[in-house]
Amino acid sequence: MDKQTKLSLEKTACKVRLGIIHGVHAAKSGHPGGSLSCADILTYLYFKEMNIDPENPKKPDRDRFVLSKGHAAPALYATLAERGFFSPDELFNLRHVGSFLQGHPDMNKVPGVDMSTGSLGQGISAAVGMALSAKHFGDNYRVYAVLGDGEIEEGQVWEAAMFASNKKLSNLIVFVDLNGLQIDGSIDEVNSARPVDKKFEAFGFETIEINGHDFDEIESALDKAKRSDKPVAIIANTVKGKGVSFMENNVGWHGKAPNDEQYELAVKELEAALKAF
Amino acid sequence: MADVKTVATRAGYGEALVELGKQRNDFLVMDADLAAATQTGKFKEAFPDRFYNCGIAEQNMMSIAAGIASTGKRVFVSSFAMFASGRAFEQIRNSICYPNLPVIIGATHGGISVGEDGATHQCLEDIAIMRTLPNMTIINPADAVEAKKAVFAAIEHNGPVYMRFGRYAVPVVFDDSYDFKIGKANKLRDGSDVTIIATGLMVDEALKAYDILKGEGISARVINMATIKPLDNEAVLSAAKDTGAIVTAEEHSVIGGLGSAVSELLGEKYPVPVLKLGVYDRFGFSGPAAELLDVFGLRAKDIAQKAKAAIALKK
Repeated sequence: MDKQTKLSLEKTACKVRLGIIHGVHAAKSGHPGGSLSCADILTYLYFKEMNIDPENPKKPDRDRFVLSKGHAAPALYATLAERGFFSPDELFNLRHVGSFLQGHPDMNKVPGVDMSTGSLGQGISAAVGMALSAKHFGDNYRVYAVLGDGEIEEGQVWEAAMFASNKKLSNLIVFVDLNGLQIDGSIDEVNSARPVDKKFEAFGFETIEINGHDFDEIESALDKAKRSDKPVAIIANTVKGKGVSFMENNVGWHGKAPNDEQYELAVKELEAALKAF
Repeated sequence: MADVKTVATRAGYGEALVELGKQRNDFLVMDADLAAATQTGKFKEAFPDRFYNCGIAEQNMMSIAAGIASTGKRVFVSSFAMFASGRAFEQIRNSICYPNLPVIIGATHGGISVGEDGATHQCLEDIAIMRTLPNMTIINPADAVEAKKAVFAAIEHNGPVYMRFGRYAVPVVFDDSYDFKIGKANKLRDGSDVTIIATGLMVDEALKAYDILKGEGISARVINMATIKPLDNEAVLSAAKDTGAIVTAEEHSVIGGLGSAVSELLGEKYPVPVLKLGVYDRFGFSGPAAELLDVFGLRAKDIAQKAKAAIALKK
């Protein structure tokens, strides 16, 4: 990746992070920590990777994206808004009565959302269904999904993984947003799914481990994933709350909105980061 | 007694899938390792490339089906009613019904007539559970003919459908000229003293109850309510107005099924006595289907008795 592209992606991700903070603050609730941790992955997918068209969000040959960790909706919404699927002003209506931006993604309300998610473990199965449909009916699109590291405690994830490799769904690429924290504490305290890579390998996936905040690594992982003849799990090591200093690696920010003071602090940090580009 | 042709509704389902497969190739069929029992195996045999086995993982199967449906393709998913509606309830709710995706759930082995497998496999709650879900359509065919026609209607329906089929071979009520429409009840007999609203294998019993009652000078209307959701409100309301008393008959718990749907409607719109025949808040047990239907009181004579009790409650 050339310097210019990387810089532009980093800048975009910073704007996505600002959108997350605006949305969650306006909603007075939501999940900033896990939204910030996957912001770079979503930015890369929507700005560099996927075949999508904001003018025609339902075009049949588009690549599909499933946010299996649906509570990171603020990240998806901020990314879609930044990409032009709808106005960024809408982020300020997140979770409000009458807003199309529901607490968790609704495919029938939000342009660009391919699957309604929120109940953990179900999104990856839906992604598998899309990948199966593409393969069966001879369509060329790929299916991307983002799973949470707490989410993979759900048994359904592994039912989906078993099926995907059995049916050789090489058009499926899932990211695991391995930020190490879930609502009740660190994933290791709660019920660790580690070693994540070994588990996916055992289920027949090719696995690639990366720094989920490094666009070069995201890019090379995807290049490798697209050449695989298996479904691929990209294990992305991330920082929960990434980009907002006081939210980083702090489990308290899993599902809590910043108050006005914290909001201003977060915005200030992110705007300063933006200016530095 | 003349020989009556008996066929299980699940057999009608399997045959319909094969016929449908010959007509169009824009749909898939999935099962969770019960293809022989659910009869999707017939489709698998005819179109092996269009059949996908999920293995014993019903929850995954439901959400996969949602993903397939989201790409504009139709999909049938099958398992036993117990596991389809019970184990995978939340997947049906959140992956299928909330996004209103056109997944067709072919749930076989509904009701007590599953027989020898016993309580863990005799699903008496599926209609109740599925009724609570917005966007869901529920069809419980009376015989194999209706089952087949319902399958053809379901694939044209633009939303989720739960179809309940039985394991046990039941008398064929309809002939091929029967015109099935989702949401439309049909009056099989007319009468003025009481209306029997039946669904599934109880429809044949209701027709027999009609004869019993007729022999006693009682005029009963018999309605086949194959679609339990959306309920044919008009058919129920006119039955209440015309006959003043209702008996519902279903091979299901009396909590939440057809009887509840009818009671809920009439309680609000036109209160008349509604007596429910079904299974009264208990689990089943092992035994041959025919004996279980006797023991659980799901026979024509039981319907006739309820009908007389309902008439007695009329003001």
